[in-house]
Amino acid sequence: MSKDILSAKADFPILKQSVNDQPLVYLDNAATTQKPQVVIDVLVDYYTRLNANIHRGNHSLAVQATEAYEGARRKVAGYLNAERNHEVIFTRGTTESINLLAYTYGDKFVQAGDEVIVTQLEHHSNYVPWQQMCLRRGAIFRVLPLTDRGELDLALFERMLNAKTRLVAVNQVSNSLGTVNPVAEIIRLAHAYEVPVLVDAAQSVQHLAHDVRSLDADFYVFSGHKMYGPMGIGIFYGKEKWLEALPPFLSGGEMIETVTPEKVTFNVLPFKFEAGTPSVAQAIGLGAAVDYLQQFDQLELQKYEEDLLAYGFSLLAEIPDLVIYGSPAHRSGVLPFNVNGIQHYDMGVLLDSMGIAVRTGQHCTQPIMDALHINGTVRASLALYNNREDLDKLASGIRRVIKMLKR
Amino acid sequence: MPGIQEIQKDLSDDFSLLVNWEEKYEYLIEMGMDMPAMKPQNKVDKNLVKGCQSSVWFDVQCCDGIMVFEADSDSLVVKGMVAMLHKLLNNQPAKDVLETELSVFEELGLWRHISSQRSNGLTAMVAHLKAAAVDCLAKED
Repeated sequence: MSKDILSAKADFPILKQSVNDQPLVYLDNAATTQKPQVVIDVLVDYYTRLNANIHRGNHSLAVQATEAYEGARRKVAGYLNAERNHEVIFTRGTTESINLLAYTYGDKFVQAGDEVIVTQLEHHSNYVPWQQMCLRRGAIFRVLPLTDRGELDLALFERMLNAKTRLVAVNQVSNSLGTVNPVAEIIRLAHAYEVPVLVDAAQSVQHLAHDVRSLDADFYVFSGHKMYGPMGIGIFYGKEKWLEALPPFLSGGEMIETVTPEKVTFNVLPFKFEAGTPSVAQAIGLGAAVDYLQQFDQLELQKYEEDLLAYGFSLLAEIPDLVIYGSPAHRSGVLPFNVNGIQHYDMGVLLDSMGIAVRTGQHCTQPIMDALHINGTVRASLALYNNREDLDKLASGIRRVIKMLKR
Repeated sequence: MPGIQEIQKDLSDDFSLLVNWEEKYEYLIEMGMDMPAMKPQNKVDKNLVKGCQSSVWFDVQCCDGIMVFEADSDSLVVKGMVAMLHKLLNNQPAKDVLETELSVFEELGLWRHISSQRSNGLTAMVAHLKAAAVDCLAKED
């Protein structure tokens, strides 16, 4: 019997507090999600009872901490349906995961005149590392533009692929518009040219059903803190054949096998990519977040969030002068909008005064803002603990702000 | 013309009558709307305050050691803050602008609300006006 979604809110202690003397309505989940008590407990328990540096230690604490850390890796691998546990590398977050690939793949596989394709829908963290890598390697940085609806044009993408394409980097869900991108199709098209694809799952892993094997993703990256886990931990998933072929990213302890003044041999996967002491508590915390998420029926959860998002859009659509950005066929988690004549910053500050947390600005996606010819949006974003009442409060809050500012 | 301290006290009294954040912001926004309009030709890049995400303009003139300025912002909340600064510091001796500590924002808790957000920059605005006061005093010497 799976857990009831409507009971989830009670699992998150931070949501019980008041902000500016109003009960908190947290709608900034695309920036970071809150943590359930079980994840917080695991962090406290780790430092209370288990803390030791992992691997190679032969005392009891070190052995237990190592087991907990590797247990978390197995949980994440299971969650992603990875074929092998060692295809799951712990990093600090999505940004580090993308940089890991940009540096290692760039060094080994990208030459002057080669091409890398990203999209205009990317967060800066899946845009700038590729742009910089192309500058270092003398490669051509190509950007697939978004359509008027805020989607990607697959036919155009197919035309951009050629024998010089070395890599495609695309997000599964846009953090700014919530567009769900056809990554399975993108991967299929890229693979026809034997081009690997990195999927930035930072905004999808907590909302959509995922399966790296059926998706056939070569690389799949995300952050723990956006899926109810701790900050400071992220995942770099790569197919074994690629991880074997890539050189190490950071060097130091843990990632080596033998060291002499003349040469080193590198450790096996996954340790080859985990130099130094990893974020052990955070990794175990992420494992706890996976356990927490798996109590829910995944399809039911996805349906609940889709219905909630549709409800939110129906409320926003009734507000005069409110503009919703993008009209993709499939959207997840994000309500991007502005009210004509009202600065997004003002909307954010005044909603905050009513205890409603949203994000305003460019959301690290200047290329999207340029395409829309705006300097920012208000973004409300959902998580599993949000409910219709939260969105009712958002809508009445927006109406209140309009009254305050439009006189 | 009342001094800066006196105006601070009045503002503080006014705000103390407002029971919640919504009312405080409403009052602040009203102050912004009531502020004398800035001449459009003064809304130029050289008058933009650096360090604010929303655009804030100050056109400061100095006359016999007295600071006179016009100001505006494209954000109504920020414009309210600007209007408070206008109420406090416009037509005041540069020496007082430089030396008086603006405790009213702290008192109202508005520092906590607004200046800590990098998207604003009350700190930047105050620093801008204090720098103008230094220039004004230098001219007088």
